[in-house]
Amino acid sequence: MGAGHGHKLHFHGHSPVHRAPAHLKILTLIAFMLVVVATPREWYPVFGLYLLLVVAVIALSRVPPTYILKRSVVEVPFLFFALLLPFVATGPTTEVLGVTVSQHGLLAAWGLLVKGTLGVLASLTLAATTEPQEILLGLERLHLPAQLVQIMAFMVRYLDVVTGEMQRMKVARESRGFSARNPRHWPVLARSLGALFIRSYERGERVHLAMLSRGYTGRMPR
Amino acid sequence: MHVPDGFLDAPTSIATGAAAVACVGTALAGARRELDDKTAPMAGLVAAFIFATQMINFPVASGTSGHLLGGALAAVLVGPFTAVLCMSVVFLVQSLLFADGGITALGTNIMLMGVTTVVVGWLVFRGLQAVLPKRLTLVPFCAGAAALVSVPAAATLFVVLYEIGGTADIPLHSLATAMIGVHVLIGIGEAVITFLAVASIIAVRPDLVYGARRVLARRELEVRTSTGAAT
Repeated sequence: MGAGHGHKLHFHGHSPVHRAPAHLKILTLIAFMLVVVATPREWYPVFGLYLLLVVAVIALSRVPPTYILKRSVVEVPFLFFALLLPFVATGPTTEVLGVTVSQHGLLAAWGLLVKGTLGVLASLTLAATTEPQEILLGLERLHLPAQLVQIMAFMVRYLDVVTGEMQRMKVARESRGFSARNPRHWPVLARSLGALFIRSYERGERVHLAMLSRGYTGRMPR
Repeated sequence: MHVPDGFLDAPTSIATGAAAVACVGTALAGARRELDDKTAPMAGLVAAFIFATQMINFPVASGTSGHLLGGALAAVLVGPFTAVLCMSVVFLVQSLLFADGGITALGTNIMLMGVTTVVVGWLVFRGLQAVLPKRLTLVPFCAGAAALVSVPAAATLFVVLYEIGGTADIPLHSLATAMIGVHVLIGIGEAVITFLAVASIIAVRPDLVYGARRVLARRELEVRTSTGAAT
């Protein structure tokens, strides 16, 4: 907890990718992903080139590839959707391994798969090589409204506090023999949610008062 | 639930991004009225709360479970403008720090799950409050109804966006039936949980619930001097 610690996806290192200014990394990520998304999905070799590029950056950052791959699981739910596409889309059909599937659907599934995977890999690389504090400073340099950066800073700062509080409530529930198995247990979980909101909100009030007593006027000191 | 990169084509992603920028800008101006100089710490903590909320899994049946989107809940608890800010910051952090939802789809995600759920939820909530009698016990019901409508509304917007900028030609009616059908069910779950959560907060700290302030303002301060003087 506290400043200086990386978030869950951060991998500490000192490579050129780690040291690059955060705002450049964010801009590069956005530009790269826009190009990827705008590339027609029939240009198969170009995607190989993109993948090589991402792999090269990961290699340069010296973040272990297994570290990135393990965290790519966020992609899994939408892989199911991509796998479903060839069966629900319309248009001319073709046979793959004896199963009749839609050609358009197959192509769309390929497009989704390759673009989504590139997106996840590129985002994970940014997250693995950049401290949250750096990302905040980068966004500030990119002239994101100061108010928004401040809200984000408070959220990042208190994320572990609030999720930790939630975790402790979960431990407390389960040590009393509670385990959520079906909708009949929703009222208990929802009451925990209510308690978590009250605690978060009151913590926000205390933080605000503490800031006021240190001379806060609505603007963060440099 | 988060839209990944490449799901919608580049022009649609840029258009939703521009729309999201406009909405967040409006919310920034509006949130100052809801929270004044408290905005940054309060909205930050509420955003962390929303993030945590999305981590609580509600068991449905036989091992499956779902989590709350929280748009309507946030709108009722902290007001629509702050709620839009909180949801947007949650998606920004999820996309940059957790690789959840594509960076080019950030605008789409904010419009779908942030702005639409909050705005629709708030309109339904306010509409019901205007019609129903002003009683504190009715606030959770209005919040539940708001959550019920907000989820299928977001799904409908998704279908519209997919029709404009989708990358696979799925017949519109089958996509619409599947998406909206599934999300009506999700909406029912969201409604029940929102109702229960708001009810539990109202029972303890009704003054924290933004949507209940008008109702609270109508309650008169009771000064019971005859019993209080004894101590």
